[in-house]
Amino acid sequence: MTDSEDVIHSRIWEEVPETDNPFAASACFCSGFDVYGDLLGKASWVEYLYLLFKQEPPSAEQAVLLEGLAVALANPGPRDHSVRAAMNAGVGGSTHAACLTAALAVGAGQLGGAREVALAMENWRECGHDLDAWKHRLSHLPQEQRVDVWPDMEHPPGFDPHGASCARPIRQTLTYLARCSSGDALPWLQQHRCELESASDCPLAMTGVAAAALVDLEFNAGQGETLYLLLRLPGAAVHALEQQAYGYKHYPFFKDGLELTDDPGPAPQHDNHRERVG
Amino acid sequence: MNGPQILLDHEQHWVTDMGAWFPGERVVFRGKDLFHDLKDISWMALLLYGITGRMFDDRQLRLFEGMWTLCTSYPDPRLWNNRVAALAGTARSTAALAIGAANAMSEASVYGGRPLIRSIDFLLRTQEQLDKGARLEEVIKQELKTYKRILGFGRPLIRKDERIAPMMKLAEDLEFCDGTYIKLVFSVEKILVRHRSCLSMNIAALLAAMSADQGLSRYEYYHFMVLCFSAGMFPCYSDALNKPEGAFFPFRCERVDYQGKPRRKWISTSGINKVNGNESFQDG
Repeated sequence: MTDSEDVIHSRIWEEVPETDNPFAASACFCSGFDVYGDLLGKASWVEYLYLLFKQEPPSAEQAVLLEGLAVALANPGPRDHSVRAAMNAGVGGSTHAACLTAALAVGAGQLGGAREVALAMENWRECGHDLDAWKHRLSHLPQEQRVDVWPDMEHPPGFDPHGASCARPIRQTLTYLARCSSGDALPWLQQHRCELESASDCPLAMTGVAAAALVDLEFNAGQGETLYLLLRLPGAAVHALEQQAYGYKHYPFFKDGLELTDDPGPAPQHDNHRERVG
Repeated sequence: MNGPQILLDHEQHWVTDMGAWFPGERVVFRGKDLFHDLKDISWMALLLYGITGRMFDDRQLRLFEGMWTLCTSYPDPRLWNNRVAALAGTARSTAALAIGAANAMSEASVYGGRPLIRSIDFLLRTQEQLDKGARLEEVIKQELKTYKRILGFGRPLIRKDERIAPMMKLAEDLEFCDGTYIKLVFSVEKILVRHRSCLSMNIAALLAAMSADQGLSRYEYYHFMVLCFSAGMFPCYSDALNKPEGAFFPFRCERVDYQGKPRRKWISTSGINKVNGNESFQDG
């Protein structure tokens, strides 16, 4: 290797080549840990996941919190937008990668998706534990002055604009994760949930719970957004596989669901042609 | 709390003026019959009609198509989005996954999506202020003060943008080179280059100006450009697919320049050790 060759810089990964092939790794080290010679069999999946993101192992409490979050997020259920996207791909026989790509594209969004989690995490960074700051921010959505590829946010991030009250699974998740957390955000959110819901005029959503958990795990917004995308993929995957097996004939098409307001009606030439052909 | 009223109103009910398929019969595309009203238009015209709901004349369509042909589709697999297409080819993935992923990532910050939409946004905002009597120098100064840089000016890898001249030649041929926004973008460049020589215009600003002159809004321009890199991606994918698998710019292990923590042993706190003990695994 010469100095002029392009290299990949990494604080995460190091490889030692096999003696007979410079392109095959004999040992792989993740942040200093021998992945296949030491870590495999000792670290749980969430511990390794945390290590990959933070380059340090989690404490026992952090591992339990991340594990709880991973279980809570793993399957948003078949009505969720991202899972529906995956099922739409699955039912038509798309590649499995396309099913997950569809789930990622839709689940990236600002309603129930990963971008909403990142924006909710920004709220924590801006407001901390200042209830008045939260109340102001939730009732005055910050808007980018410049246009962006992301549309403007239409509801307070972390809250459900279509909710009537905080749904039970959200409350159950918050209660469990707040009990696991050694951080401050989840307990504070549990304590002040009703006041925050009043300020935003919306009930707390799973994105809001996830954001607080990710703050307590000391992830930054980019890491939180990425983890949220990743952790919700299992549900998208299995529902896509399930609908592929059921087949498109058993999947909603909304046959009578579309109302077209500007239908010009059948074109005369088409009718004539059809008559001639028929 | 709003409650679920909007969801209740929309359950099994989607009202639209964008279009519909009448199975076995016809297709309505934004109020027009696809097989009758739109049967003779080009794909570029259909794309722009789908985005804007407006029909453009032949001269305008040649300009829009020229933007894609001349400015956005280099078949060089070193370019980041094309490289994804090539990687998909070398890894023997599918063409649709390759092009889909490469297009998705083209919505980037240092090139593609953000510079494109922010370029036209800057030009439209600036012209609004000029129309109200502001001075261009002051508008630019304020923009730099607020955002540190103006997207569409300066370029990540090289100063000169080789696409400006051929695109301006096409605009001249089509008699589109003296629109309000084209004049504006060159005036902005003149001021910025005086400020810092590396801030000459890149193609994002010029295309934004040309599109603004044709009446595209911010989001119309952004949507129009979403697929603009596609033509350069297919050759990169095919080339890698047709060469030995895995052969596209491989990295040997030692070209991962590790800069992290020193070697250390894992001390586990998780329940997994209750099953496996705390022993390291060796070959075998």
